[in-house]
Amino acid sequence: MSKVRVLVGTKKGAFVLTSDGKRERWDVNGPHFGGWEIYHVKGSPADPNRLYASQSSGWFGQVIQRSNDGGKTWDAVGNKFVYDGVPGTHQWYDGTPHPWEFKRVWHLEPSLTDPDTVYAGVEDAAMFRTTDGGQNWEELSGLRGHGSGPRWAPGAGGMCLHTILLDRAHPNRIFIAISAAGAFRSDDAGKSWKPINRGLKSQHIPEPEADVGHCVHRIALHPKRPDVLFMQKHWDVMRTDNAGDSWREISGNLPTDFGFVIDVHAHEPDTIYVVPIKSDSEHYPPDGKLRVYRSRTGGDQWEALTNGLPQSDCYVNVLRDSMAVDSLDPCGVYFGTTGGQVYASANAGDRWAPIVRDLPAVLSVEVQTLA
Amino acid sequence: MIRVILPPHLVTLARVTGEVQLDLTGPVTQSSVLDALEARYPVLRGTIRDYVTLQRRPFLRFFACERDLSHQSPETPLPDAVAAGTEPLVVLGAIAGG
Repeated sequence: MSKVRVLVGTKKGAFVLTSDGKRERWDVNGPHFGGWEIYHVKGSPADPNRLYASQSSGWFGQVIQRSNDGGKTWDAVGNKFVYDGVPGTHQWYDGTPHPWEFKRVWHLEPSLTDPDTVYAGVEDAAMFRTTDGGQNWEELSGLRGHGSGPRWAPGAGGMCLHTILLDRAHPNRIFIAISAAGAFRSDDAGKSWKPINRGLKSQHIPEPEADVGHCVHRIALHPKRPDVLFMQKHWDVMRTDNAGDSWREISGNLPTDFGFVIDVHAHEPDTIYVVPIKSDSEHYPPDGKLRVYRSRTGGDQWEALTNGLPQSDCYVNVLRDSMAVDSLDPCGVYFGTTGGQVYASANAGDRWAPIVRDLPAVLSVEVQTLA
Repeated sequence: MIRVILPPHLVTLARVTGEVQLDLTGPVTQSSVLDALEARYPVLRGTIRDYVTLQRRPFLRFFACERDLSHQSPETPLPDAVAAGTEPLVVLGAIAGG
């Protein structure tokens, strides 16, 4: 029987939640690495028992953990993230040049085909890769070096490379997103990159339609239709049908087009999910109602999904790496909150229930569907 | 024999119990002690001092013999009592509020 493993990164440790395919009863295992910030945990598509975790701390810096048994045991692997060559500068909050400084790993994206190859998105924004299971990391410096790097600037949360999307149909293609630089694409396995931000409009930058400078919060794709990307930008939900060459807004009837997460149904490439959040600075659900919004039309028309979610006095946030889907039928959808809840829906969002209610603030949620 | 007391998170990370004991030859300094510590426990590399600059991480301190040695040059000899193993070098994390 199928099994689901939910990998949760929190402000104070990692948790592994498991269930059978019914997704009604859950075992909670953790905390792993208690007291450390776990920005992301993700499993290898090529070997589901191979997991990688980004463990960090303001005191002790960055550690990368690897498990070969589905999260039962872990071993620290390499944590040396050194920028290639002379790092140079990016723009600081006040517009002055600021040296690139490594702070932490936000996102780990294992290769689709090789358990030992993993991409890491880091702050200050750059991309690293290991090909030996995490022992050694090398920067794919063509990203920072492609030309616009000195103009990138941090958002309020830091200048982080937070999203990495691999494309099974085009093995050399990689999409990434950076706050607050925008989205980028490589068609040669990470050697060279180009900004893919045409069509984005951001009123908080001097040139609203600039090629870089946009605060992209998250991008998502369906593996069977990888030229179509969906984006939750700081404001605006966007869509491209040509692998990022141009974008159009699909916010439609959302109560607010601000938010962090966005994801795609496992079997319906035009069914997408967002969690609208009130902003600019509040960062909690509008009207105290936690609602996932689903579009079955690839955007523009959205319906609120509220069954099982708190509809009064709810003031949590849902951070950018905190939503995921499983590949069962019906599709399971999961998200975590800064209030420590991890909600699951085993029927594509029609009905929700918390798996856990009282974890530390959730930073990331990933799901593995196991045979 | 040099004694080093690590903060609890690094004790867990290094999978040790209690204080760490190191055998050193040559001058006993912050640098030589940390070099020996990281050689024996590679998982601690980058957690106490920066990989590239080798500077102490900002929220960590080095105490010994009831003195804060954090701002000494890494090449300054540690107190005789540390070199003799009668007192430990304490790696301490700043207290966090909230």
